[in-house]
Parts: sequence; C-alpha cells; structure tokens
Amino acid sequence: MKLPAFAAATAGLVALAVALVFFYVPSDADQGFSQRIFYFHVPIALTSYVCFGWGAWKALRYLRSRDARADTESYVAIHQGVMFGALTLITGSIWAKASWGVWWSWGENQLVLFLVLFLFYCAYFMLRFSVDAGASRANMSAVYALFGVVLIPVSFLAIRLSQNFIHPVVFNSHGPQMTGAQFLTFCVSFAAVLALFATLYRVELAGKRIDAHLRELRELLA
Amino acid sequence: MSYFGDVVALTRKDLLLELRAKETLPSMLLFVLAALTIFHFALPRGAGHTAALGLLWSALIFTALLGLTRAFVAEREQGMFDALVLAPCDRSAIWLAKSLAVLAFLAAAEVVALPAFAAFFSGIGGRTIAAVALADLGIAAVGTLFGAMAVAGRARELLLPLLFLPMAIPIVVGGVGGYLWFLVLYDAIFVVLAWATFEYVVAEV
Repeated sequence: MKLPAFAAATAGLVALAVALVFFYVPSDADQGFSQRIFYFHVPIALTSYVCFGWGAWKALRYLRSRDARADTESYVAIHQGVMFGALTLITGSIWAKASWGVWWSWGENQLVLFLVLFLFYCAYFMLRFSVDAGASRANMSAVYALFGVVLIPVSFLAIRLSQNFIHPVVFNSHGPQMTGAQFLTFCVSFAAVLALFATLYRVELAGKRIDAHLRELRELLA
Repeated sequence: MSYFGDVVALTRKDLLLELRAKETLPSMLLFVLAALTIFHFALPRGAGHTAALGLLWSALIFTALLGLTRAFVAEREQGMFDALVLAPCDRSAIWLAKSLAVLAFLAAAEVVALPAFAAFFSGIGGRTIAAVALADLGIAAVGTLFGAMAVAGRARELLLPLLFLPMAIPIVVGGVGGYLWFLVLYDAIFVVLAWATFEYVVAEV
C-alpha cells in the first residue's frame, strides 16, 4: 500500500479505537473510568516490544547480509521503540496515579522493566552518535540491538524475582480475563497502535532514505 | 598456533603489562576501599545486614566499571587494535583473553574487598562469595565486549557506564537476592552471546 493511503487507514483505525474506548466499552467495575487507559497503555507497551524485536531482527539481517538498508531499518525501529517505551512509562505513571495514588510504583513489574529498557536503548543512541558513520558503527549498533532483545526476558525474570506482585494480571493460562466487549476494544486498540508504528516507521525510513540519497547527490556534485 | 594458545598468549600479555605498569589494580583496590568507607557514613546507624549487602554490590559494580574503562586503554593509545585484528587468530580469542584478564583483576580486587566488607560491616556467607564469583563471569564477559565498543566512540570513558549499567541490573538482583541459578543463567546466555558477537565489534567492514 502507498504511504499516504496507509497513513489514512491508520488514522481511521486510531479514531475507531478512541471511539470504542470512550463510548463503547463499559467502565471497569473495580477501577471505574480510569481503567480505560488500559486500552492504550498495554497496546503501546506490546508495540514497543514489537519495535525492539523488529530492530533486533533487522540487526541480525544486517550482520548476515552487510546491507546498509538493514542497518537504517534497525535504527528506525529502535527509535520508534524508544518513543513507544517513553509513552508506556507516561501512561503507566498516569494509571498508577489514578489507581494507587502514586506516580511511580516499584511493585509494578512492567513499569520497572520499561525503565530498564528505556535506559538501555537510550544508551544505543549515545553509542550510535559517538561513532562515525560506517561499517563499524553499523556492526556495533547491530550487536547492541541483539543484546537488548536478549536483555528483555532476562530483565523481566530479574524484576519478577526481586518483587512481590501487585500488578493486575490480565492474561494467564486460561486465556484473556476480559469480556467480549473489552476484548474487542483491546484488539482494535492494539491493531491501531501497531498500524501507527508501521506508519511512523515508514515515514521515518522514507525521510532517512531521501536524506542519504541527497547526500550522495551532493557528493557527486562536489 | 591453536585457539587456546592464542588466548593464553594474549592473557599473559595483559597480566604482564599490569604487573609491570601497575596501573589498573591499585586504583581498583583504593576505589573499593574508599567506596566502602563512604558507605559506612552513608548508612544510618543500626542499618541491617541486607542494606549493607546491597551497598557491597553497588561498590563491586562500580569497581568493575573502573577496571573495564581501563581495559582497552593500552590497545587504543598504542594503536594495538589494528595489529590484533590483523593477527591471524580468531577474533573471539581477543575477547576471551581480555575477559580472563579482567576477571583476574576483579578477583584480585574482591580478595581485598570482601574481607574488608566483612570487617567493616557484617560477616559474609558462602552464598555471597559464590554469587560474587558468578557475577564476575558475567561482568567480565559483557563488560569487555561493551568496553571494546566504548573505546571506538568519541565519548569513550563516558560511554561505558551508560552501556553497561542497564546490563548490570539483573546481576545486582541475582546477587542481592542470592539467586545463584539466576546468575548461572545470566552468565550462560551472555557469555555465549558476547563470544559470538565480538568479531563484529572489532571488524572494520
């Protein structure tokens, strides 16, 4: 699909998700209206994992093929992942304030995991911007991205070990603990946020490609 | 020369260099003692064993960071990296040798730090010693790889703590909680990963 059409479809999907969250799904019996942030918070968090996973996959592709495009794609995916990660921290904080009356809770595993990942992936940019562009930088970025995706489950396990649970568990081995309306809203929201990621990914990638192309042309002229 | 022979030769070079120049280890020893002294004043009177143990782990991580920052300084200043990469040996041997040297420095620093901790604060159990030994493996493996990345950048010494500290969080959790199996898992995963990827970090193409 062409980028403008894809972006328009994404905008429609996001609008539908917002409408469902505010007007369709019933309020949670336990937490009331504030629970509706769940339909943004969790899809954003999951999308951010998708971004990091996609970035690591592209990094692996780069190490195997030495294709400079894979390096750019890996960078753009991780860039998007950090933005969605920051949004996860913000929406999680808001939910924690509404639910428990505190902005930050060390007891909430997902929130702490995102803090660790946020710190890790911010250092990715420090690494990337401190090395000159070229094969060496692409190699190091790719290796670092691979470490990141392995660090996710390891950190998750570590945080789980270190804390007692107060996080509400929504998915367990018996399937999603949601009613039909809630599950539908959740799925639409998730699809909307994923589409948003795909759109932003393509926009940023297009920008980077034009940038690189322009630089090549300038070098030809000079 | 065999892979093992390369590793032994490179490790010997690092240890010999340290033995002659005495640059890294004395500063690590002084640093860890100074840090423990600071922690004595930072802890409130009557703070328990668990609080002190937590501070021991942060002292160990920062001491390791000090050693890791120095690990590739000689290579960088003498243009040794190019020679090592050109040498007809497997590149992961460079990583393994450097990790072993870092491990030796860490162990030497802890031979002083752990008794000092036991004397300054409360005693130390066998479980903590085992946890420290296991943590050293992971710190040396990951830290050496990230150290090689950091020296390639412009920010250099500034970059290594940023790269390494998020990776060290699981080590601290495993160490403070005394989860030995978790540290074994961490070591197994990241030693293999670092071994497999070091080649790309030093490659110029």
